[in-house]
Amino acid sequence: MLADRDRIFTNVYGYQPWNLKAAQARGDWDNTKALLARGRDAIIQEMKDSGLRGRGGAGFPTGMKWSFMPKEYKPERPGFLVINADESEPGSCKDREIIRHDPHKLIEGALVAGFAMGARAAYIYIRGEYIREAETLFAAVQEAYDAGLIGKNASQSGYDFDVFVHRGAGAYICGEETAMIESLEGKKGQPRLKPPFPAGAGLYGCPTTVNNVESIAVAPTILRRGAGWFSSFGAENNRGTKLFQISGHVNKPCVVEEAMSIPFEELIEKHCGGIRGGWDNLLAVIPGGSSVPLVPGEQIRHAAMDFDGLKALGSGLGTAAVIVMDKSTDIVRAISRLSYFYKHESCGQCTPCREGTGWMWRMMERLRTGDANVEEIDMLQQVTKQVEGHTICALGDAAAWPIQGLIRHFRPELERRIAENVREAAE
Amino acid sequence: MANRYLEADTPELRARWGGFAFNHAWDAKAKAAIARYPESRQRSAVMALLDYAQRQVGEETQTQGWLPLPAMEYVARYLDMPVIRVVEVATFYFMYNLVPVGRFHVQVCGTTPCMLRGSDEIMAACKKRGMTKGHTTDDGLWTLTEVECMGNCASAPMVQINDDNYEDLTAERIDAVLDALAAGQQPKTGTQEPGRHTVEPVGALSTLTAMASENHDYRGEW
Repeated sequence: MLADRDRIFTNVYGYQPWNLKAAQARGDWDNTKALLARGRDAIIQEMKDSGLRGRGGAGFPTGMKWSFMPKEYKPERPGFLVINADESEPGSCKDREIIRHDPHKLIEGALVAGFAMGARAAYIYIRGEYIREAETLFAAVQEAYDAGLIGKNASQSGYDFDVFVHRGAGAYICGEETAMIESLEGKKGQPRLKPPFPAGAGLYGCPTTVNNVESIAVAPTILRRGAGWFSSFGAENNRGTKLFQISGHVNKPCVVEEAMSIPFEELIEKHCGGIRGGWDNLLAVIPGGSSVPLVPGEQIRHAAMDFDGLKALGSGLGTAAVIVMDKSTDIVRAISRLSYFYKHESCGQCTPCREGTGWMWRMMERLRTGDANVEEIDMLQQVTKQVEGHTICALGDAAAWPIQGLIRHFRPELERRIAENVREAAE
Repeated sequence: MANRYLEADTPELRARWGGFAFNHAWDAKAKAAIARYPESRQRSAVMALLDYAQRQVGEETQTQGWLPLPAMEYVARYLDMPVIRVVEVATFYFMYNLVPVGRFHVQVCGTTPCMLRGSDEIMAACKKRGMTKGHTTDDGLWTLTEVECMGNCASAPMVQINDDNYEDLTAERIDAVLDALAAGQQPKTGTQEPGRHTVEPVGALSTLTAMASENHDYRGEW
């Protein structure tokens, strides 16, 4: 188990105040000037060496992402860092804890990351429903300004850097990076076609990098303790520590920072008090937020909780939002409810997603009650394949994968319901 | 996509809201919001201004607030943008109420992580008190909405009522919260689980035990 001294988010449970004074006593904003004095290239190299992969779900190497920004600063096209705090993936609840209990880690990370990529300002896009959390974040940013840590000559580094908070208003799709940029510009959050990629033309047409809250908030600690420290946790290609969020049918749901690649069983036993009703009662797990396919309980027990370990099971780490389902779960309803979520959150731009998410949800509702034909299971599978990969952004894929996972692992259950419904109708 | 429609643009609506303008406090906030964006990019503040407009309407009507069309038109003039662009934003984002709501907007999360922890029971408890999904009760006190994942999954099930979250609910606990609100009191926000602080495991901490009692600095142990 990860030792407490190696945890980055020491105030994740909010037992101590979030304010600047308390955060500094825990080690934040400790000579940030010296971190910046290492220079852009050295910071990016350290991040690359640390093996940090983006914590928002896709797992793209963070240091490499930063290096895509233009090397030279042009005043007419300033660079922007956009921090994705639009945490809306069902199951995900980690950025909220960072923002309301450790906001200064995020703000210091914004300065360090923004400096490394040559950005002049950061916009933190926080989801609208995080109302109290946004209040904390606004106040923490003001504290940092008042202390001269950000703004003109940020932390006496000679670098000018602003941090702004932008509140969303309830649209899951704005977590997609180009939709977020559209939303920041005051439009509907409908994703843009790529290319051009945001690093070339993003916010206001300027070079932009979008990073998840957790990716940014861990950066200062990585720089202080070194890439070697961070990469000493987790398996090759899956380095570091990670906030896991365990919800559903465990005895004690919680958010906890652990080493990457921790076996699922250890994660659940050490922190969550085990599965409700014991391991024999485990039905299935959605290991990375609603967008990844579920994994049957017997397959995941000894799996490594990291990008590669879960990919090998046909699923993914996503945001490490672990949704546990025991045998009391109506598994078809659980997935159908996710289908409803994607129907609700489709932005309406691409036809396969706009029409497909509604169609898939209605089909799922019929399968839930068994009011369907067996052939329709295959038809549903085909439709998910027609939605997947045929949309501008990944919401179409995200809507398709949970259903594909259900059909892959629980087809007999779907068939059983159909058979029983037929019997009912005949009686 | 969510089904969303605007309140009809009637003479009564115009009579009630035609003169909508920010009061001094919201006007100051609106100017501060616009200042967060580069010059000539004031449209970026449209989301903030719509939120402020909704809140001012809420203050004037003693409800959570909503966005009558004249308020959207006011925001459009304020930001020098076409009205349709403002309406597009207002209809796209789910937190803008397009029709009047009650004093308390009870938003029950029904997405799978909450569903697994018993959100059906919470929804049933609300309905038992006379609320129906998508409607406001006759006394104007409650509007019930089922919302999508609110990001409180480790303390599910939860509801958000106006600006506050109530987590780790049971039917009895949501009843107690609603009773308190109806009586004009402010119930404890956050988790309703006795002894739980936020999202740590219930009972004994599995990590970071030193932090519970003091602002521990772990750097000495690095």
